[in-house]
Amino acid sequence: MSKPARLQQQKITLTAFEKQLINAYQGGFPLVPEPFSLVAQELGVTSERVQQTLTALLEKGVLTRFGPLYNIEKADGAFSLCALKVPEARYDEVAEQVNNYSEVAHNYQRDHEWNMWFVLATEDQQKLLRVFEEIMEVTDCPGLNLPKQTEFFVGLRLEA
Amino acid sequence: MTELKLDQALIKKVISATQNGLPICERPYQRIAEQLGIGEDELIELMQKMLSAGLIRRVGLVPNHYALGYRFNLMTVWDVADQSILALGEKVGQLDFVSHCYQRPRQEPDWHYNLFAMVHGRDEQEVEQQVAQIKQLLGDACRAMTQLNSLKILKKTGLRIRS
Repeated sequence: MSKPARLQQQKITLTAFEKQLINAYQGGFPLVPEPFSLVAQELGVTSERVQQTLTALLEKGVLTRFGPLYNIEKADGAFSLCALKVPEARYDEVAEQVNNYSEVAHNYQRDHEWNMWFVLATEDQQKLLRVFEEIMEVTDCPGLNLPKQTEFFVGLRLEA
Repeated sequence: MTELKLDQALIKKVISATQNGLPICERPYQRIAEQLGIGEDELIELMQKMLSAGLIRRVGLVPNHYALGYRFNLMTVWDVADQSILALGEKVGQLDFVSHCYQRPRQEPDWHYNLFAMVHGRDEQEVEQQVAQIKQLLGDACRAMTQLNSLKILKKTGLRIRS
């Protein structure tokens, strides 16, 4: 079980080179046999420097991942964004009930009457509906099941 | 759908081997290819095809937006006229501060918002301006909107392929 993480994480100060690396390669990293050498050439440093900096950024938690980002939905299974309207007094208890489902991938508390938002991931559509209905029953909370109909954009373009 | 022509069993193996990230070494693709018992060239070619097919969104560095100072991450939801949603959703998705943009079904009478856009800013003022910009873009086609702040991450395991 994952522990609730605080959102108030401190901003980390980055060096000019770290910023350059993040800004230049968050959108795409070369798919060539020696990608770090290519990046090093483009940035005018050594391949070792690129690798060390990347390792440190991952260790510090500035980067959450390095590698291919998959559109898992195209490969496997059914997905949906779901919400529950949870009474404040039962919030922690319901969060635990919901998080106990391995089909729940992300779960966020939000400041709205629909105050619990999570992503369900299952093998197929039928299973998804079954798990969603079971969660509503077990938690005794009204729910919303909002599978995506159209994806307009997914990506992150944040300047470091 | 290009990906249907690709070797599905091999694709699942590639995803399993790389969904936690690539190794940081001089030849990362070579190392993964060795694990899978295929050639480096073969892996790179397959990953390129997966990119074109949209199965890989991108290969890149994924920043933790909180660590970069983007502390204001809002889910904005909009009630947009059905006949305009596709054209307008496309435009909202192109705004550079929007990270996720989807059309989702209404659930009347409980929920009438059909356009979801996640926005990210470094301070409250910045996200307010972003919301105003979306509002302006949607114009009269938008009947109502609301925004949902994330207060706490209750669980974050990420989407995983099951083998």
